Amino acid sequence: MTEPAVRFEGATLEYNGRQVWRDLSIAFERGSFVAILGPNGSGKTSLLRIVLGLASLSAGRVEVLGAPPRRGNPDIGYVPQHQTFDADLPLRGRDLVRLGVDGHRWGIGLPDSAADRRVAAAIASVDASAYADAALGRLSGGEQQRLRIAQALVGDPQLLLCDEPLANLDLRHQQGIADLIGGWRRGPGRTVLFVTHDVNPVLHLVDRVLFVVNGRWAAGTPDEVLTPERMSQLYGSHVDVLRVHGRILVVGEATGSGFNVDEPHHIPDPGLSHPAPPR
Amino acid sequence: MIDQLARLLTYEFVQNAIAAGIVIAIVSGVVSRFVVARDMSFAVHALSELGFTGAAGFILIGLPPVLGLLAGSMITAVFIGTLGVRVRGRDAVIGVVMAFGLGLGVLFITLYPRYATEAFALLFGTITGVSRGDVLTLVAIGAAALAALAVVYRPLLFATIDPDVAEARGVPVPALAVIFLLILAAAVAEAVQVVGVLLILTLLITPGAAAERLTVRPGLATVYSVAIALGCTLGGILAALVTNAPVSVFVTTLSFGTYLAARFVIGPRIREGQRAIGRAARDSDAAAELANSG
Repeated sequence: MTEPAVRFEGATLEYNGRQVWRDLSIAFERGSFVAILGPNGSGKTSLLRIVLGLASLSAGRVEVLGAPPRRGNPDIGYVPQHQTFDADLPLRGRDLVRLGVDGHRWGIGLPDSAADRRVAAAIASVDASAYADAALGRLSGGEQQRLRIAQALVGDPQLLLCDEPLANLDLRHQQGIADLIGGWRRGPGRTVLFVTHDVNPVLHLVDRVLFVVNGRWAAGTPDEVLTPERMSQLYGSHVDVLRVHGRILVVGEATGSGFNVDEPHHIPDPGLSHPAPPR
Repeated sequence: MIDQLARLLTYEFVQNAIAAGIVIAIVSGVVSRFVVARDMSFAVHALSELGFTGAAGFILIGLPPVLGLLAGSMITAVFIGTLGVRVRGRDAVIGVVMAFGLGLGVLFITLYPRYATEAFALLFGTITGVSRGDVLTLVAIGAAALAALAVVYRPLLFATIDPDVAEARGVPVPALAVIFLLILAAAVAEAVQVVGVLLILTLLITPGAAAERLTVRPGLATVYSVAIALGCTLGGILAALVTNAPVSVFVTTLSFGTYLAARFVIGPRIREGQRAIGRAARDSDAAAELANSG
């Protein structure tokens, strides 16, 4: 297939009269893993909402899998920003994944063994079978996130949109979730758009980076984009890009309040690097 | 006492009360699941108090109070649905609309001097006084509410527990919020018949809240909620007939007792079972990790 997975042409997004980003022209090839980076409020989530058909551009064009975006496109899987579920909610992980199969259809939903098999397969593919029948709200953040990914993948999408899927997870779970998504992407023609404030946990998976800041954008491979020159240009002031211990840090005067590629709260807790001793 | 009950069941007014009670309890049981999950207790209160205003207005102009209740709560549902779509600020909108509507209710009572007994009945429930005509009206409203619920049940559940993904999958989340308010308005108009305006939450919150404690399966929770609402309503009607005390006294006592039992006796055992599943999962997780690292 030669059509790109997502293509923006001269796309501009305004919000309350403010230009969030302008004149975005970029194509994400099928099979690529794209990290979308930028400070808070730079319109990363809005970009995903436009691809999902939930918001419109102020100007320009966008094509998703060769067609204009439309709500509820079954070829798109979506992992939203992590929100914990209420501990007393009567809902199992299995039920959450099942909603990904037919939750959007009208009616009460009758037993369906074919759907149950798809749900079980999706749960097994994220290694969540052991806790899929427990109350979702009683699971850890990482376990809940695995089930969210199973929910997004159960419909066998072509395009997976992830909005900060690693936020609030400890390092061990961050790596597990990143590898899960990276493993899925190796299938034929599967594309990932991955919004994150910290590129490091997925750096080894990323083919392309789209960096949005102050209405400007830059795109390319991580090595092309995450350079002091490009970053200083984007931020409009001097920015350093440090490579320390295989990690990338973007730091400068202008990034202080808004954006660090690697934020301090991700400093590993030494207690987390070893599995807990069995009780 | 069995003889006494058997004899009571031959009276038409008792049969009317039980027939209406069954329909009302089924609607309340399903609706209360969503009221609890969507955190809408305040909206229920507003719908029922403004239903009271509607009923008072209808009595004033000589129309059936049941329809007045429905009209009052439906109009309120439309107001809340269109003005308070965002969750933040929703309670403020409800408060604003409720205050004005109750003011109107006071006016209607003042304008209608003979109103006192009927007002009392609306506030605390009148189910043993319903006529055959009322029963037909209540069954029609209940059937319409259940039919609407059956159509929207699955996407409404999706929109309630996982609104972001539901929206992305094409579920009309804001429209469903308004549709659910209208269904809720119908349920309120029904439940007021049994327990009255002031005690409405005993049928529209308690069954759902108790059912949440009894299972982790969403479908089963709805079934339990309906069963609890049925048990409390029918038990309350029969107890009231035998003792001559008001129905709402027994319904509120039964539903509160059920909630306490679910919360402190049965629920904890189910939670313990859940923790066992969680432990097993974490143990197998840790074992797999050790195997990998070894």
